[in-house]
Amino acid sequence: MSDAASSKSSGAARTLDLRRRPRRFERIAEAAIVAVALLSIVSVALILVFVGKEALPVLYSSVVHEEVTPLAMILPREINGHAAYLWQPVSEIPKYNIVPLFLGSLKVTVVALLFAVPTSVAAAVYCAEYASSRMREFLKPAIELMAGVPSVVAGFFALVVLASWIQRAFGTEHRLNAMVAGLGLAFATCPVIFSVSEDALRAVPQSYRTAALALGSTPTQALLRVILPAALPGIGAGVMLGFGRAIGETLIVVLASGNAALVDLNLGHSTRTVTATIAQELGEVVVGSAHYHVLFALGALLFLVTFVVNVITERALHRSRQSLSGSK
Amino acid sequence: MMNRRTTLALFALLALGTLGACARKSSDSKPGEPQATSISVKGSDTMVILGQRWAEAYMKQSAGSTIQIAGGGSGTGIAALINGSTDVCQASRPLKEKEKAEVKAKRNADAIETRVALDALAVYVNAASALKELSLPQLAKIYTGETTNWKDVGGPDHAIVLYGRENNSGTYSYFKEHVLGNKDFAAATQTLAGTSAVANAVKGDAFGIGYGGIAYLEGVHAIAIKKDDASVAIMPSLATAQDGSYPLSRFLLFVTAGQPTGLAKSFQDWVLSPAGQSMIESVGYYPLPKG
Repeated sequence: MSDAASSKSSGAARTLDLRRRPRRFERIAEAAIVAVALLSIVSVALILVFVGKEALPVLYSSVVHEEVTPLAMILPREINGHAAYLWQPVSEIPKYNIVPLFLGSLKVTVVALLFAVPTSVAAAVYCAEYASSRMREFLKPAIELMAGVPSVVAGFFALVVLASWIQRAFGTEHRLNAMVAGLGLAFATCPVIFSVSEDALRAVPQSYRTAALALGSTPTQALLRVILPAALPGIGAGVMLGFGRAIGETLIVVLASGNAALVDLNLGHSTRTVTATIAQELGEVVVGSAHYHVLFALGALLFLVTFVVNVITERALHRSRQSLSGSK
Repeated sequence: MMNRRTTLALFALLALGTLGACARKSSDSKPGEPQATSISVKGSDTMVILGQRWAEAYMKQSAGSTIQIAGGGSGTGIAALINGSTDVCQASRPLKEKEKAEVKAKRNADAIETRVALDALAVYVNAASALKELSLPQLAKIYTGETTNWKDVGGPDHAIVLYGRENNSGTYSYFKEHVLGNKDFAAATQTLAGTSAVANAVKGDAFGIGYGGIAYLEGVHAIAIKKDDASVAIMPSLATAQDGSYPLSRFLLFVTAGQPTGLAKSFQDWVLSPAGQSMIESVGYYPLPKG
């Protein structure tokens, strides 16, 4: 900084000279930063390649097809005259139906979002619009601190305390169930959705508020008709991040969901998610076996689901952002 | 703009560094060498606590040697033995033929199973439950989902809540083979990681049923088992496990690739000595029958 200041007073030629030296250093620094940035992209890409490579044999390998075909992973199996979706990989006849697992993941994620979205968005609205600055300075870090709670702790809490409360309150048939796991997950997703939504709300220009109030709307009208719609893309992004966090979370659901691969929509029943299945079974499988490849296929599918959902919402958000700026 | 060669060079450096670090690490530790003063023991969750007690006592009397005990399940331990990442595998079930063949192929030595202790696999229900006994066929029907209500086995009119172990567990395999006759567990069976988690779940669930090592009995009570509907019900105990009258007793094993050598051998010999065997009951399992 001082170099730049002193160079201003000297001649133009010297300024160039002075500039050249930091430039070389800057270039190296820039190259290093680019390399590090690329490294993270490359490693993510390599992980994808690896997962894909281990997952693809499900489609063509004869070793896998001896035990399961891609179609058998989705279609029900006829057992004693009625159709059943079964995940029983360690068995005389291994059964790898992925329907109960994805349904399980969906169930806990929906429960988590149903609970986390309203509460975190409401908290964000309060923090950004109503709270005094001192209150806000206390609230925001406090809520964001929740994100720092290790998921094993959240899972253990759900397993020991939450499960008993919920069974007492709702009389659920299984003590560990989709509701318990979903609420445990909400604990992990709330801070994500809150933090992003709050930032989005605060990024709405002050002029929107003053204009809305000047036009005679009440503060509530201004919030519902002007500020929330303007912050919607950001809130949407927060919800998406929360969705990704919830569907990808493993430890909480391993501990709190009971891990029974059932196909029903009863939230009081135990449920088994994709992530929990991978985490619990991958340690034991023989590398290269059908079970091994099916587990990787599960991982690849899970990635695909989150990717597609992300792309769709990103597009929707983009469109809403455009229409917002268009109507301005 | 950006100098491509610089980036490439940086990449190469990073890659080399990583490779170098990896290479050095893997050549440092060769498991199973005679001079090894450190071995790793991995496998059955049922045996983790037992293994740790043994290792602590052994390390106290022979300073300088380190024995690391890890759980994960018998299947995990056997996989580690096949891959050569553990010296001794603790297993609560014998190896399958397929696994023995893999040890032979990858480690170039036969898998040697040594019986080190005796366990009675207990079936437990909530401490408040009045249920006293079940027969193996009844138990099989319960866990395959044929019997779903406690009233069918002499209990209250309430659905049975099934708890069990993950499928990488030796206890899972043992139960499936010896109780279910290799039929599948009911889909509604909640699978938990570790016997203590199962015991804990049954403790908190008045209508739950679980199974696991005899050592985990806090807040739950074990029930007597009848071999078939006509035979006498037998409680798991030292005497009934050792004379084989309890239908669900099993041997706990150390498995090594080839005869154990060095520290692994002296540790195993100590475990089989009176000093090692006398510790077993304090953990909740039973010593091997004498002779």
